Amino acid sequence: MISLALLSLCLFGAACGLGLGWATKKFRVEPTSLADRIDQLLPQTQCGQCSYTGCRPYAEAIATGQAEINQCPPGGASGIKALAGLLGREPMQLNPENGMEKPVAIAVIDEQVCIGCTLCIQACPVDAILGATKQMHTVIAAECTGCELCIPPCPVDCIVMKVPRPGWDAWRPPRPVMARVLPPQHPLPEHDAPAGDM
Amino acid sequence: MKQDTAAELARNAGKRVFHFHGGLRLHHHKQASCKVAVQTLAIPPRLYIPLAQNAGPAAQPLVTPGSRVLKGQQLARFDEPSLGFVHAPTSGTVVAIARQPVTHQSGLEGLCVVLKPDGLDRWTQLDPIEHWRSVDAEVILQRLCESGLVGLGGAVFPTSKKVDEARKSGIHTLILNGAECEPYISCDEMLMREQPDKIVLGALILQRAVAAEQVIIAIEDQMGEVFSALQAALSRADCTDVRLVRVTTIYPDGGEKQLIQVLTGLEVPSGCRPPELGLLCHNVATAAAVAEAVTEGKPLLQRIVTVSGNGVKRPSNLLALIGTPISNLVDACGGYTEDAARLVLGGPMMGYALASDQNPVIKAANCILVLSQRDVQPGQAEMPCIRCGECARVCPALLLPQTLNWQIRNDLLDQATDSGLGECIECGCCDYVCPSHIPLVDWFRFGKSEHNLLSKARAQSERARDRFEAREARLEQLRQDRTRRMNEKKQALQDRPPSPDGAPGRGQP
Amino acid sequence: MRQVLYALCPGIVVYTWFFGTGMLMQILLASAFALLFETLMLKVRKQPLALFLNDGSAIVTAVLFALCLPPLAPWWIACIGMFFAIVITKHLYGGLGYNVFNPAMVGYAVVLISFPQAMTQWLPPMAIAPVDIGFLDGLRSILTGHLPAGLTWDAVTQATPLDAIRSSVANGQTVAEARHLATFGDVGGRGWEWVANAYAAGGIWLIWQRVISWQVPTALIGSVFLLGLAGFVLDPGSNPSPLQHIFYGAVVLAAFFIATDPVSGCTSPHGRLIFGAGVGILTLIIRRWGAYPDGVAFAVLLMNMAAPLIDRYTRPRIYGH
Repeated sequence: MISLALLSLCLFGAACGLGLGWATKKFRVEPTSLADRIDQLLPQTQCGQCSYTGCRPYAEAIATGQAEINQCPPGGASGIKALAGLLGREPMQLNPENGMEKPVAIAVIDEQVCIGCTLCIQACPVDAILGATKQMHTVIAAECTGCELCIPPCPVDCIVMKVPRPGWDAWRPPRPVMARVLPPQHPLPEHDAPAGDM
Repeated sequence: MKQDTAAELARNAGKRVFHFHGGLRLHHHKQASCKVAVQTLAIPPRLYIPLAQNAGPAAQPLVTPGSRVLKGQQLARFDEPSLGFVHAPTSGTVVAIARQPVTHQSGLEGLCVVLKPDGLDRWTQLDPIEHWRSVDAEVILQRLCESGLVGLGGAVFPTSKKVDEARKSGIHTLILNGAECEPYISCDEMLMREQPDKIVLGALILQRAVAAEQVIIAIEDQMGEVFSALQAALSRADCTDVRLVRVTTIYPDGGEKQLIQVLTGLEVPSGCRPPELGLLCHNVATAAAVAEAVTEGKPLLQRIVTVSGNGVKRPSNLLALIGTPISNLVDACGGYTEDAARLVLGGPMMGYALASDQNPVIKAANCILVLSQRDVQPGQAEMPCIRCGECARVCPALLLPQTLNWQIRNDLLDQATDSGLGECIECGCCDYVCPSHIPLVDWFRFGKSEHNLLSKARAQSERARDRFEAREARLEQLRQDRTRRMNEKKQALQDRPPSPDGAPGRGQP
Repeated sequence: MRQVLYALCPGIVVYTWFFGTGMLMQILLASAFALLFETLMLKVRKQPLALFLNDGSAIVTAVLFALCLPPLAPWWIACIGMFFAIVITKHLYGGLGYNVFNPAMVGYAVVLISFPQAMTQWLPPMAIAPVDIGFLDGLRSILTGHLPAGLTWDAVTQATPLDAIRSSVANGQTVAEARHLATFGDVGGRGWEWVANAYAAGGIWLIWQRVISWQVPTALIGSVFLLGLAGFVLDPGSNPSPLQHIFYGAVVLAAFFIATDPVSGCTSPHGRLIFGAGVGILTLIIRRWGAYPDGVAFAVLLMNMAAPLIDRYTRPRIYGH
């Protein structure tokens, strides 16, 4: 009798063990490191304002607890909020020592002034400046992250940051307010109305 | 097996009328503007012709201020060849090419050609394709492109591009959408009543261009006169493969996806376009414009615009040149009533408020709606959502608007997209039935654009990361190469026995 | 919300007709407390007063709560119940539209658990009542807790049909034997069955007006009927017939007015079917095996907890997916 009990327990234990072993293989999820997940939330401007050499090193520093989450000006308040959410911390103010939150701008080279020294090309962390020695340089607008790292090296100060002019493409519908409580959003402009009719 | 039945259903389009989920039976308010025939609007003193169509890129001007232009002459060319040209709606002098307020939700300015008409309305040289039945389909396509034809139902997608893409997928059924479902709008209805022959002709040309086996003209069952007019036109044209189908009037039956569902019982799969089902949908007004462009050589210079609503004295339909300021249209309808409150482009369900009546008529402008004070419902305050589910009951895309609303308000944009935000057609049914008066569609438009921006920013940062890492790797490689070369040289130097006449690098004392 | 109140009117009128004016006083009391707490909480939460007081949601909560009370329950029952309903369940969870639980049922459950004695003092229909308690005596009783001189609670109150069935079955009698008591009517309790009919009439009007969906009432009453039928067929001695199940207690009121609360219920059509069926099944389980004679309130609260999960798994298929 006792041997039957032992046997059945052993079999049950073996079955459970096999099941668990199979499950660990079958449902294995590759762990993403904390640094990777933090890196996903950083804006990848690679500007170094956080006092690290790029977004990835900063992410690793946050993951190991060496850096605070409020050192990234391009990420701004929303970036800090996202990091706080990931790490389960309270959102905090951006550290002013690292810089201020600014609208996204891109670098523009004044091509008349550029002397073709290639210093900005070497400074650009994302290879967004095109040019060669003694040739005019230009910024690939679509690749520029707005990190401003090209500005200090320029010997003739021909690079400026420009906020792209908002056009139709950049237009976004506003966050709805309690629309129907307000008076009509766009009353007919009275001076535009034909005389005598309004 | 499933594929077969789907294909069969698609081929049997229009033989049975199906239903789509939700929708609303609305008062259509069309009678007011349908009482009188379409009037041709007098040429206004100035025309403002926008160089961009909605959010697309702007065209490059071909004329300079001071140029004299003829009616139908090309004013500007788009960089993208399939977008064609912008044409002069009448003959006159270009006064300026300047930034003007344009007809767009944003109320922003855009580049416009300002034209001072000379009143003569002289045509440029026209080139009709008389033997369109025998020419190559490519020739017809080319003509559609050159004529600046776009979908006149509201989406202003370039017709030639749509037809070209459809041809590649193989089309068996061409559907002409005459189910103009939004209240107040009656421009297509009037066009079908007054020019049915032109629509049938356009249908045949489009059928020829995409080599479709059959054509269906879909209209709503409340359009009595339209049915008889089109039927008469069909018997005159003596075409057997064009069928007229009346669909039940339930808003939004005129939406492309909804109309296809009504006619075939099929849903256009997510992320696909109707051509993948072998179907192609065009607006009836587009078909009429196709007929003009091909058989008369006339580019798209004018359109019928409904001017209606309680804020205008004599609602009617007007044939207006593209670029005519909206105030001219309102004047032609007797002007504003005393309690006019809001100017809307499009219908009451999907339209948007305009900032000024100086905005010009554009190709997408099917209706100018002037709402009166009592239409804009002042004093109905927004209340919290009580999850009553009415919005889900009427949603033709089978979404749960109450959930989407909650997700967007809490910035859960990825979740909202997973819940189908992208499938929202912004028909406004949920807004209409919401007992808490929540501006749901406004939230969905906002959420879509925010999510769009977010995905763009994500893609951008992803690219920046890749480029940064590639650069780091390259620099590292260079460093390693340099070290290796130096070491190799050092090694070579040490290995080589010192030469008597002195090796380079060894300075003489 | 106003329409819900209109739809409750026939039920209230029939209730008053059969059981006297005590219920009207409970409704007035509960509404007064509800408005008081609502105003206080709106002030504390800095919300617009007129907007939220005018929508009638607090009154609906109060009326539904009052309809579950014995007509002569002391005034502080309404006060405590409304405190839990309005302050705790509604406003501390974020106010209108954000409450997880049905406020009226939380209030009811709190007073039912805390004051079982006061919550079982039901009056018999006036037609068979041994003594007639008039309006003034009733009012005095509600306000002071004392019956008119010479009367005891035992003399005035009577067991509800569900209580009666419960005790008879516990004493070894069959349901059929218990049904000879005067408290029973043709299908449900005497008087109660007509109140239920009046509720149903109001509820059907609400469905017709599209204020509530048809799914919850159908699923709830349907599941009570089917499960009741199964129990009745298996063991007719200790189970009432399915029709009796529907007409006893608060099943009809819950089906049309309580479980249909959109805020704390399910929102997808299939979810609403499951929600209604869940309430029905849990009600019968509590009636048969639970410690309380009727279990509608607990069933609704339990299903409120499950509602988000049900909604998650009953999302309709999106167009084109």
